[in-house]
Amino acid sequence: MKEFIEGSMAVARGVAVCRPHVVSAYPITPQTHIVEHLSELVADGILDSQFINVESEFGAASVVLGAAAAGGRAFSATTSQGLLLMGEVLYNISGMRLPLVITVANRAVSAPINIWNDHSDAMVFRDAGWIMLFAEDNQEVHDMHIQAYKIGETREISLPVMVNMDGFILTHAYEPVDTISQKDADDFLPPFDPVVKLDVDNPLTMGPLGEPQWYLETRYRIQQAMLEAKPVVKQVAKEFKEKFGRWYGDVIDGYRMDDAEIVYVAMGSICGTIKDTIDELRDKGEKVGLLKIRMFRPFPGEEIIDALKDKQKVIVLEKALSLGASGMLSDEIKAAFYATPHRPEISSTFAGLGGRDISKTSLADLYHKVKGERQDNMFVDLKEELV
Amino acid sequence: MSTASTIVYNYLRSKKKFPHVWCPGCGIGIVMGALLRSMADLEIDKNNVVMVSGIGCTGRMPVYCDFNTLHTTHGRAIAFATGVKIAKPNMKVIAVVGDGDGLAIGGNHFIHAARRNIDITTILVNNRIYGMTGGQYSPTTPWQKIGSTAPHGNVEHPFDICDLAKGSGATYFARGTVYHATQLQVLIKAALQKKGFSVVECISNCHTLYGRLNREGSAVKMIQWMKENAINAKVAEKKSPEEIEGKILTGELWNIERPEYTEQYERLIERLGGKPPAEEKPEEKEEAVTQ
Repeated sequence: MKEFIEGSMAVARGVAVCRPHVVSAYPITPQTHIVEHLSELVADGILDSQFINVESEFGAASVVLGAAAAGGRAFSATTSQGLLLMGEVLYNISGMRLPLVITVANRAVSAPINIWNDHSDAMVFRDAGWIMLFAEDNQEVHDMHIQAYKIGETREISLPVMVNMDGFILTHAYEPVDTISQKDADDFLPPFDPVVKLDVDNPLTMGPLGEPQWYLETRYRIQQAMLEAKPVVKQVAKEFKEKFGRWYGDVIDGYRMDDAEIVYVAMGSICGTIKDTIDELRDKGEKVGLLKIRMFRPFPGEEIIDALKDKQKVIVLEKALSLGASGMLSDEIKAAFYATPHRPEISSTFAGLGGRDISKTSLADLYHKVKGERQDNMFVDLKEELV
Repeated sequence: MSTASTIVYNYLRSKKKFPHVWCPGCGIGIVMGALLRSMADLEIDKNNVVMVSGIGCTGRMPVYCDFNTLHTTHGRAIAFATGVKIAKPNMKVIAVVGDGDGLAIGGNHFIHAARRNIDITTILVNNRIYGMTGGQYSPTTPWQKIGSTAPHGNVEHPFDICDLAKGSGATYFARGTVYHATQLQVLIKAALQKKGFSVVECISNCHTLYGRLNREGSAVKMIQWMKENAINAKVAEKKSPEEIEGKILTGELWNIERPEYTEQYERLIERLGGKPPAEEKPEEKEEAVTQ
């Protein structure tokens, strides 16, 4: 059923039909509406779940870890500083192979204090053993949660999933969203059947001392599960399309790519603005396209190579950077191309940090600059007078 | 006694940072006013003050105050303040926190600073809810009251902040309300003069969220409630438990002497033959610049 709802509500409704047993979170802007909506659904008896408003994000992550360890389906949401505070627990969740879902309403990181959107928070945890998905709009993020549980809970994978959506730009935007009914959700997502759980009849220990004799193998197993997750993500996207008729690409998605010579690469809501920019540039005869990255972990290197290998130039537009190095996304794309004979020219560009608007004009200017010559570590719309 | 205009001129970033972000009718301004008047009365050199805050409505206070100010991460004001005080034991360190910021996510820092009895004056604005993020229940939301995350009533019980501070080792605790602005000023003044971890709980109103969710009316009505329900602890002593049921006990509720952390640390250094922390020496600063 199509409803005109806020992005946070789209997430809450998408999560609620997954029937989580436990929802735990701590208030932080711009995430708060997500769990507020969920707390209402729980309090009104629509969602049969335990909701707990804990004392910190560290507590929230720990609660959902405990819930998943006990065999429950668990959910939390956070952003920015809250995600950083969860950090220690995030590694424990993946280390214990607990397939829960956390939504991150992507936001910049302090200091200075900034509550607006970029991807600096999520990218910190790219090495933490979490499957990382990025949504472009509110329909996609609504649909992404049921897929996230299905992917993470696949027994061979058994890994947590981080669903990323741009803070404010999506969380606070109202859009028509075709919401998933409980019946359809139940048909699509089977009950959680954990590989391991705390059970009095079959006692086990989770997260004990991992001595040097076997710690390395735990990392190897997570790495293998990550690599095996890629076909699962694709399969789940396909099944979702068959059931619901909606398709966003699987791990990547292309827009006007067929004859494109220059291609933008980006993640999240900015893809919408880029598509509009591309349409305008195409009207003027420019051969330009977009490669949208839906999944950052596991990294879809082969798919990206396949999509970009015949292109002349690539503009990687990132909302985060590794200070002292370059962009995480562009670095990994460059690394993926290392062993290939044909490589496009790749520009690393940073835009929208701390919520700076990225306009179509800026994107078109960037296109023309890159068309002229490669841009290396370029900050889009940098105010020269302030630096 | 300083006049209002000299306080505004001396202690507020009046030309740069106003208007403030707080809702009209919020009690935080009264707390800030009481704090600044206390400091003016004590003639505290503003350059020798460090005001530290975390995130939340109260966390905005250092933005408006013209001291050395440190605006830190959510819940960590007292931890950052501890670092400042250890590095600069001679400075007056004030932590301004809210109930969510100071007692939920930052609760651990609160109890451990109290246990150490480090000389930090903590101004805790208790509006019983997370105001800035939209009215989620906090560790001081009373049982059964409504929050946006407890639409049918809170099933958790609140902290008694006085007991928490006492039990953790704080040497001074007072409680006031934003209705009793003059009393608040007196209590904050005493706290500022106390050598040790001192806490002033300032009962404030969040009519925008707490008041609306719990049908407690406008700012005026909520502050009126404080007038009618606050009872001075000394008066309360003479009343029966039934008579003080549900009332807010105000005034100085705890004041003891215990060795203060930074003084003890200095003594330890002295005893072991070390050099005590240097006073501010301008020439050292110059050296540092030329190096």
